[in-house]
Amino acid sequence: MRARILVSFKESVLDPQGQTVKNALLTLGYGFIADVRQGKVFEISMDGLTEEQARRAIPEIAHKVLANPVIEKFTWEILEEEKKA
Amino acid sequence: MKFGVVVFPGSNCDHDTFFALKGVLHQETVYLWHKNHDLQGVDCVVLPGGFSYGDYLRSGAIARFSPLMQEVREFAERGGLVLGICNGFQVLLELGLLPGAMLRNKNLKFLCQFVHLRVENPETPFTRRSRRGQVLQIPIAHFDGQYFAPAETLSDLEAHGQVVFRYVDETGETTEKANVNGSAASIAGLINRHGNVLGMMPHPERASEALLGSEDGRLIFESLIQS
Repeated sequence: MRARILVSFKESVLDPQGQTVKNALLTLGYGFIADVRQGKVFEISMDGLTEEQARRAIPEIAHKVLANPVIEKFTWEILEEEKKA
Repeated sequence: MKFGVVVFPGSNCDHDTFFALKGVLHQETVYLWHKNHDLQGVDCVVLPGGFSYGDYLRSGAIARFSPLMQEVREFAERGGLVLGICNGFQVLLELGLLPGAMLRNKNLKFLCQFVHLRVENPETPFTRRSRRGQVLQIPIAHFDGQYFAPAETLSDLEAHGQVVFRYVDETGETTEKANVNGSAASIAGLINRHGNVLGMMPHPERASEALLGSEDGRLIFESLIQS
C-alpha cells in the first residue's frame, strides 16, 4: 500500500519561494497567476498494514516528522490504484 | 567547567567550538557523538553549527531523533545548560526545547557575514558578563535563519524576557535592513522560560579571538564559565 503526503506552509506563513515562482510566472506573461505556494511531496510505501492501520499511521508520521506543525500543514491520501493491486 | 560539543553527521562547527572552548578559554571539553547515550558528566552541552543530516527534510529535523538527544532533553529538563548555535538552535526548535521555527532567509540567500546584536537580557547564564543594550559583533552563516513564531508566542517571549539577542545596526537600533534574515521581532537568540537553554543563530565561536575580527563571542562562553 502507498500513501502520498503533501506538506506546505500554513496560510499565515510567508512562502518566499512560492512568491519568487509567482513573480517569475507573472514576468513570463501569465498574468492570471494569483498566488503560488510551494511544498513537499512524500510517497510512502508500506508493508504488512491494513488500510485502517495505515490511515492511523500516516497522519501520525506526518504530524511527528514530515511536517513542522509550527509552520506547516499537511494533507494525505492512500493511493487508490495501489489498493486494488 | 566541563563542556560537551555534540557531533552529528554534517556538523561542521564542532571543531571550531571545541577550539574556542579548550584552546582559547582553556576549559575541559569533550566531543559527544550523537549515537551514544552518554553525556560524560558535562556541565554544559553545546549543539554546534553545521548541516546535521544534510539539512534533509528541514534544518535540524532529523538530528532531533539522534539517540543522544534523549539525554540532552532530560539534561535540559533537569536544568542543565544547553547552548544551540545556528544548526544547534534549529535542532532545539525541532526538539521543542525552544518555541517557534526557522524559515528560509527572507532574501532566499545564504548569508555569511558579520552582524550586530543587541543584548536584550543580560540576566541569563549565557549573558551575565554583558550589559543590557550592549552591541556585539558576531558573524552569521545560515540559509534558514528567519525566526518565526505565532503572535501569541512572540508576546509570551517578550513578556518573560526570553528574547536574548536582536539583530540591530551598528548604533544598536533595530531596522529592517539590520534584520538581515527577516526574523520576527528581529530575534537572533532566545532562551527557554526556565533560563537554561539558549539558541542563537550567530556563531560566538567564530568571534572568540582578535585574529578572527572580533572577540565578542567570548562573552557568551565566559558568562557560562562564570556561572
